[in-house]
Amino acid sequence: MNGTPMADLIVVGGGLHGCSAALHAAKRGLSVIVIEKDNAGRHASGVNAGGVRRLGRNYAEVPISVRSMEIWHRIGDLVDDDCGFQRCPQIKVAETEAELETLEKRAADLRELGFTHEVIVDQQELRRLLPAVAPHCVGGLASLDDGFAIPYNTTFAFQRKARTLGVQFFEKTRVEKVRRDGNDWHVDTSAGTFIGRNLLNCAGAWAGEIARQLGEHAPIEAIAPMMIVTARMKRFCDAVVGGCGRPLSFKQAENGTVIIGGGRRGYPDPKTNKSEMRFSQLRYSAETAIGIFPIMKSATIVRSWAGIEGRMPDDIPVIGPSSTHENAFHAFGFSAHGFQLGPAVGELMAELIATGHTNAPIAPFSITRFAHS
Amino acid sequence: MSATTQTRYDVAIIGAGPAGMAAAVEVTKAGLSAIVLDEQPAPGGQIYRGIETNDDKRTKILGPDYAAGRDIAKAFRESRAEYLPGATVWNIDSALGIDVSLGNGSKHIQAGAIVVATGAIERPTPMPGWTLPGVTTAGALQILLKANGVVSDDVVFVGSGPLLSLIAAQMLKAGVKPRAIVETVPRSRYLAALKHVPAALGASSYLMKGMAMMLSLRRAGVPIYRDATAIRIEGAGKAEAVTFTSGGTSHRLETTSVALHQGIVPNQQVTRLLRCEHEWNKSQHCFVPKVDESFETTMADVYVAGDGAGIGGAVAAKLRGRLVGLRIAEKAGRGNAQERRSVTDALMREAKIRPLLETLYAPSPEILAPADETLVCRCEEVTAGDIRKAVDLGAPGPNQVKSFLRSGMGPCQGRMCGLAVSEIIASRRGEPISEIGYYRIRPPLKPLLLSELAALESEEAVPADLADESAAVH
Repeated sequence: MNGTPMADLIVVGGGLHGCSAALHAAKRGLSVIVIEKDNAGRHASGVNAGGVRRLGRNYAEVPISVRSMEIWHRIGDLVDDDCGFQRCPQIKVAETEAELETLEKRAADLRELGFTHEVIVDQQELRRLLPAVAPHCVGGLASLDDGFAIPYNTTFAFQRKARTLGVQFFEKTRVEKVRRDGNDWHVDTSAGTFIGRNLLNCAGAWAGEIARQLGEHAPIEAIAPMMIVTARMKRFCDAVVGGCGRPLSFKQAENGTVIIGGGRRGYPDPKTNKSEMRFSQLRYSAETAIGIFPIMKSATIVRSWAGIEGRMPDDIPVIGPSSTHENAFHAFGFSAHGFQLGPAVGELMAELIATGHTNAPIAPFSITRFAHS
Repeated sequence: MSATTQTRYDVAIIGAGPAGMAAAVEVTKAGLSAIVLDEQPAPGGQIYRGIETNDDKRTKILGPDYAAGRDIAKAFRESRAEYLPGATVWNIDSALGIDVSLGNGSKHIQAGAIVVATGAIERPTPMPGWTLPGVTTAGALQILLKANGVVSDDVVFVGSGPLLSLIAAQMLKAGVKPRAIVETVPRSRYLAALKHVPAALGASSYLMKGMAMMLSLRRAGVPIYRDATAIRIEGAGKAEAVTFTSGGTSHRLETTSVALHQGIVPNQQVTRLLRCEHEWNKSQHCFVPKVDESFETTMADVYVAGDGAGIGGAVAAKLRGRLVGLRIAEKAGRGNAQERRSVTDALMREAKIRPLLETLYAPSPEILAPADETLVCRCEEVTAGDIRKAVDLGAPGPNQVKSFLRSGMGPCQGRMCGLAVSEIIASRRGEPISEIGYYRIRPPLKPLLLSELAALESEEAVPADLADESAAVH
């Protein structure tokens, strides 16, 4: 490399969160370098189920999720690409009265917090929204203006837009060490050293090591959520469907293929970037899909896969400044539901980095919550 | 042979072609337990398809090389290998556990060693009109001939390679005259191939056979158009004509039946799924799994016998199958060094014809660089131009192009477009194809019913290096 690349901000990790933060930071006039050990969108960001949902979020995440949804509804304004985003209902299906009660309680809780996007649907309404749903399903919880997008195309669009704003991407470049030198961050990589005024850790399943080098404890676990894609089917489902009593994420894409996910996990091997399917677990996803949509009995699986994702013990991400160093920040550990949050988290991280503060309610996501665990 | 009862075998062999059958014979001779899993209802693979049931008349049409498969199938039937026909392998894990679909359910088999004998597939041949009804591959026509004795009338063969002339000659013998052969071999290739002729004389039976085929085609008056370029298949809704330039003249042959062929390439699905290392074979112009002298891949106890390790033909496939079998036996302490040497020598003799064939019949430049409007991924209707555009936007390789455009995500799971997509990306980026690589292959290897997965009863072994699920990343 000729000369040491320098920037106002170095982002470690070219997933959706890294690309989004880079894009927003560039919009604020910062010079940005993104360093990615593989290619943008190689892991969780590019291969997740693509659900764009506010529905069912941890209460701490709801405000950020609601903000992100506003961006999603006009995603083309931000990245000049529709990201394959389709507005459609997200519905959590209750298979028993007890499950429906749980959902009713949640809707009431949210209303009390001032959020009205999640509504209870009764059995009749459920059948209207999902004509193919199994007869035993009694109702559900819906967020009618959510949707889904195409994960890789989204991350790729964020990367492309960031590039046009001057963000430099160094792909196939592995970060080995981050260290403080005076006021700057020196990032040693497989392609030499980079220098940045600010450092943002968006390294997903690999973010724990960066945190460790900053002297912070982040007990992140690599997981490999598995997914199934079927051959094209005649259109029968216009919503993204989740389970209440058993894990499921289910949707029919524009082209007719059905994508089934829902958290059953394969074997991750973050050291080698590989993951392996675990069909003894994935069979439950198949069973659940058929259970809720009997039409799936005749579906044919064309492909299955598992992307590597970082999960925190409390299943919510780390978002915010480092607790040990100035000008260092984190946004990782989205625990298999970070895709929808990407646009807003990037926005608030850029604000935080550029101005030193944000009004976004990020206190619950502080890395210090693991300091004594 | 017996019906399957066990779930653990010393050796699992995938594919009952010449390589798979020969490997099964060797390992069981050495006293190892073996199971042979094959999608077809009867042994033989593509090359010896229908070998046990075809009558003398059809066998004669198909020729003595085909008839040679009878002995291989007989030895296989007489071996102690368990044979599971109609079995579709849909997943193999890194601990060598195999999931097989049997049509009415699934079975999980644990193997000590795996022999991948899944052979070759025809090279994708993207060209204008190749997706029209009435257009098939030459190999598909031959399967119809072998399996059902069905031969199409009035076929125009387009492409190059020994298989093309062989099938045309077999059709003649079956009493049906092909309409024409439109050969894409550039004139310059004949000159380039000349230097390989002396070596090829070491395998002169192939040369004789090739000449006999050409002679029979000429005697029958089958027109052969050489050095054909600018080939298009035309038609509204179905194939109606083939147009091309040959010898400085434009031609238009009216036909409703076109058979394309540009040689065969290893079927990489299983070895890619297992993440064996692959390398680019310049001479054969395709990816081949990296193997040692005993055809063991970079993954311990996974072997590739037959054309899957690089195209060598049926005789080489059988020899490779034997060699792999002998090597597995040797590892189990039941080796026969002398036999291994003699098989290795025979393999070397067999290889002498390859440089000539590979120089002469390298894929046509036209299919390697299809025009922008030509469909490359047929399942998802992705054109060469779409792929080039994605590369221009910054998609670095086949997997990103796949994610972005859905190429290779349809029911054929990338078999039909994989090589062409890698080729187009490599040329657009100006990088060697060895750097560009190939699609990552995801299970299931063949489409599988969701209901069959739901009914799966398996206790798969946890792969050792992936076992610690809760491993924190530090």
